[in-house]
Amino acid sequence: MLTKKILLSAVIMVSALSLTLVSNASFALSAEEQKGSDISVEAKKRDLGWQDSTADMQMLLRNKQGQESIREIKMKSLEVDNDGDKSLTIFNKPRDVKGTAFLSFSHPVDADDQWLFLPALKRVKRISSRNKSGPFMGSEFAFEDLSSFEVEKYSYKYLGVEEVNGLTNFKVEQYPVDENSGYTRRIVWLDTLEYRINKIDFYDRKNSLLKTLTFSDYKQYLAKHWRADKQEMINHQNGKSTELKWSNYDFKTGLTDSDFNRNSLKRAR
Amino acid sequence: MKFSLDTGKLKRSVTAIAVCTGILLSNSLQASDVEFEASGNIALEQRYFFDDALHSEQLSHSQTSFSVEPELYWQWNDGSDSLLFTPFYRVDSHDSQRTHGDIRELAYIHASDDWELRLGIRKEFWGVTEFQHLVDVINQTDGVEDFDGEDKLGQQMVNLSLVNDWGIVDVFLLPGFRERTYAGSEGRLRGPLVVDEDNVNYESSAGQQHLDVALRWSHSVGDFDLGASWFHGTNREAYLTPTAQNTLQQASLQQYYSQMDQLGVDVQATLGDWLWKFEGIHRSTSLEDFWASQAGFEYSFVGVFESNIDLGLLMEHSWDSRGEVALGAQGSLMQNDLFVGARLAFNDMQSSELLMGFGSDLDHNAFSFIIEANRRFGDNFIASVDVRLLQSNDENDLLYTLSNDDHAQVSLAWYF
Repeated sequence: MLTKKILLSAVIMVSALSLTLVSNASFALSAEEQKGSDISVEAKKRDLGWQDSTADMQMLLRNKQGQESIREIKMKSLEVDNDGDKSLTIFNKPRDVKGTAFLSFSHPVDADDQWLFLPALKRVKRISSRNKSGPFMGSEFAFEDLSSFEVEKYSYKYLGVEEVNGLTNFKVEQYPVDENSGYTRRIVWLDTLEYRINKIDFYDRKNSLLKTLTFSDYKQYLAKHWRADKQEMINHQNGKSTELKWSNYDFKTGLTDSDFNRNSLKRAR
Repeated sequence: MKFSLDTGKLKRSVTAIAVCTGILLSNSLQASDVEFEASGNIALEQRYFFDDALHSEQLSHSQTSFSVEPELYWQWNDGSDSLLFTPFYRVDSHDSQRTHGDIRELAYIHASDDWELRLGIRKEFWGVTEFQHLVDVINQTDGVEDFDGEDKLGQQMVNLSLVNDWGIVDVFLLPGFRERTYAGSEGRLRGPLVVDEDNVNYESSAGQQHLDVALRWSHSVGDFDLGASWFHGTNREAYLTPTAQNTLQQASLQQYYSQMDQLGVDVQATLGDWLWKFEGIHRSTSLEDFWASQAGFEYSFVGVFESNIDLGLLMEHSWDSRGEVALGAQGSLMQNDLFVGARLAFNDMQSSELLMGFGSDLDHNAFSFIIEANRRFGDNFIASVDVRLLQSNDENDLLYTLSNDDHAQVSLAWYF
């Protein structure tokens, strides 16, 4: 009995200790790790309060031989306090998947909840969200590249300051927490003035450079939220690329939880 | 040539729905922008049966058909109101019953914050499993379309959907019943006797005009997606009885649509790479009472062979309390059957996919094997190849009568 009690209190002490570690992370972080984390927290903080948004996205897929294919997608997103965002993705092109819609409740650490609506069968299917590393619609973007940025998804390391496109940028290394991520690390360049991401290098599971994503044509909305109209992903290993163009950005349109359920998924257009 | 919506009564209820919809439309259409969208597909399909037909009237080897399914969509009030019209028509080279048309959808939808009203001809799917859909009973099967029974006829309905914190409740009123479509005498993929489309009886004196009702609750709780449903009305599955052969007429199958009550539950647990699925029903008709279930899993491997290819493995088991179907008696074809499948998604620009499935009756020697492959060509064409092989040693088994109907099917569809 006594040994059991001692063991128990030891367990409680250890868990109490680990709690302090989590809540006061600075305790364990080096100066570079702390600064890397601070920059990411600041970037997230500066974009808070967009409430909801709608936008149209066009994807241009290009293979090595220069063949092209187009994807047309509409996105609706809802900012959720103290949790990941909700999003509804509606496919318009290619025509054979027109009417297909994808509903996602993302979570910072836990697995996301995802449903797919298949219009031919009028069927809603709950799908596994473990596939983060797979290609989105045959493009060079993986599912995880398109999901909302949450601070808890990575650990960080500040690498210094570098010039990108005439702007001074912070260079921060990010290590995905999720073991299902297709990456060992990402290197992110954010400009020191507005904390906008200008470039990301992705390193595969073998830690070799896989892809580079560059952001351009930033516009500011509601005098606060910066969004890039253009994103270009180049895959260095297979020679393919995907260009992403955003248009018709709209914020605070009045979307609510009721626009992100099974019923809205079924009639999404 | 035959149009499925050819009975006067049905036409009247369709007209009634159209008139109601028209009134609703004219009220809410004022002073708002209407957005219109047209899309759809046209497809050419070629079937080839490897063996000669068992019955002399049946087509020999080759069957060609052409189908068209446009979709017209209008929305206004920022999408709160919408109208969808999806007619469908297929022309078949040999089977006159397969040359048929249907209104898949002609429905008006009004969406509010926590409720939705859907009025008209629609398609509604319930359930979670892949190889058999026990719970799914709203729409009639368009049996001539394909062998898998996944194609459905449009169903007239008034559907009120209520969104609550504790789940979505759907109430259905279903006026007007649709008879199942069956292969004609020239068609393959049928038993020795043709189902007679003019010899149909109903338990209800209201016949096709019986007002069916249904209720469904569905909810997601964490990793679980739950559904429970109740249906009261005309059984979508007909009891088929052979009529006596006489000198004037060949023997055929008479259709009898009984009334039924069905309770159903469906559950899916999404746990990491595993999807666990269960569907269970209790069906009660004047002729029989039974329980049935379909249960299994789906497991996915992401990025196999160090590529972008995903591999999904599926396994499901069917059980039915009636046991095996016996000649002249009721029973089930899926009383103790096991299904396994593998799905390869190549995740390439052309969305190439390959599905293989194997079904086996564990009580006697019968199996079915299918391969489905499809790929996009250019931006608007989808080519697919299907191969179906069927075998059974039990002459009471439907598969036994289809043993000569192994076939390959190639189709090319243009989407616009």
